[in-house]
Amino acid sequence: MSAKRPYVRPMQGWWKRDPYFISYMWRETTALAVALYAVVLAVGVVRLAQGEAAWNGWLAALKSPLSVLLHLVLLAAMVVHAKSWFEIMPKTMPAMQMGGKRVEASTITRAGWAATAVATLLVLGLAWGW
Amino acid sequence: MRRSHAPIFWLLFGAGGMLAALLGIALVFVTGVAVPLGWLLPGDALAYPRMLAFAQNGIGKLLLFAVISLFAWHAAHRLLCTLHDFGIHKGLAAKSLFYGAALLLTLVVGWNLLALGF
Amino acid sequence: MSEATTSRTITIEVLRYRPEQDTEPLWQSYQVPFTDDMSVLQGVQYIKDELDGTLSFRWSCRMAICGSCGMMINGRPKLSCKTFLRDLMPGPVRVEALAHLPIERDLVVSVDPFVEKLRSVKPYIIPKEPRKLEEGEYLQTPAQRDAYEQFSSCINCMLCYAACPQFGLDPEFLGPGVLALLHRYNADSRDGGQAERAPILGAAEGVWSCTAVAYCSEVCPKGVDPANAVNQNKVNSAKHYFLGWLTAKGG
Repeated sequence: MSAKRPYVRPMQGWWKRDPYFISYMWRETTALAVALYAVVLAVGVVRLAQGEAAWNGWLAALKSPLSVLLHLVLLAAMVVHAKSWFEIMPKTMPAMQMGGKRVEASTITRAGWAATAVATLLVLGLAWGW
Repeated sequence: MRRSHAPIFWLLFGAGGMLAALLGIALVFVTGVAVPLGWLLPGDALAYPRMLAFAQNGIGKLLLFAVISLFAWHAAHRLLCTLHDFGIHKGLAAKSLFYGAALLLTLVVGWNLLALGF
Repeated sequence: MSEATTSRTITIEVLRYRPEQDTEPLWQSYQVPFTDDMSVLQGVQYIKDELDGTLSFRWSCRMAICGSCGMMINGRPKLSCKTFLRDLMPGPVRVEALAHLPIERDLVVSVDPFVEKLRSVKPYIIPKEPRKLEEGEYLQTPAQRDAYEQFSSCINCMLCYAACPQFGLDPEFLGPGVLALLHRYNADSRDGGQAERAPILGAAEGVWSCTAVAYCSEVCPKGVDPANAVNQNKVNSAKHYFLGWLTAKGG
């Protein structure tokens, strides 16, 4: 009844076998950007604690073309992160009903983006004139 | 089947991921693009007196701590999982390295924020 | 001359594996005449009936309800009875056993581990309290039914296992289908077995092997959305984990 010699196919390179998996891997690598940015901010906090001169040094470093280029890449990664995060968010929730009808996954995703829009305005407002 | 301790790290991952999704775009834009290039925002948006006041404010301190620390825990967990996806086993060494790094960042930032006073 | 009798030919390439004679799987190519109404299953049946009687594969209902005929068709997990040759023109069509599962022979994969895992999650109503016949049937509102109905649609076809890379990397993982069926019972208002099933959910091989790739839900032919079943239970499992600390009776 059981198999003579079942054949187990190797998993090497599994993520290259389907465009869906490749998108998944891009989604996962956005964590590198989140990590890098956390380090950038952490260095900023350390420099802030070291005084005005150190802080201005950090600000000056952010002005370098290399830094701006890096942050443009980080920005793209943050967009990919937010997009994929809000697409997956409905999967973590049980089915909800509103007004007798099922709340669609796309509604939850849009709510996430709406929250980001509000948060973005708050951050910009804070930076502008707090 | 042994109970997994994954919930701890998954909640940190989730909190960090949510913050990154909500604030990541705006923060990277402001600190890494807009202010350095002088776009959109006043030139002194990140000036020392303003940032010091922000970091000395109770809420400002909390925000800075939460964002940096949770970003780090989110990234540590996800990068560990990605290593596993590439076929590298999530052993004690890998976990210690990645979660250890997040812990280190958390402690360094926490310490410096406290050192900045109120 | 009617359209249905116009015969075209398509190449179907099948990954063969006969353990008594092959050390590894190998591709074999067949020329299959087909009409517009033919499924890949019918194509494979043609091969067996007319070209090569040694080809082995599972099938039964031919109408996407028994879950027997799952296979990789051009690299995607599909029910072969529900995939049509006319949509795969000009071909060739590459047919392989479901991914991530051990091949027993040709297109036949090992399903024993799946069945054992399914048994282990107690896939039946565990009543909250004993119920006498005189009490009559359970009553459910449409909302209570909605909470579990889609998860009850699972036909055990295992396409989601072929889609799930975490299962491929860790065959001990319970997997999307079994976890969806576990959730079907947990979410049923008639059921009181959540506590009994909690340790399985909370194990590394339970929900915590999932990284929300969510390809399982993409390939499910019945719209079960196993990714939803697994990922909402991460929240439940986390709640249970921390409550376990508080009440000091966890693990």
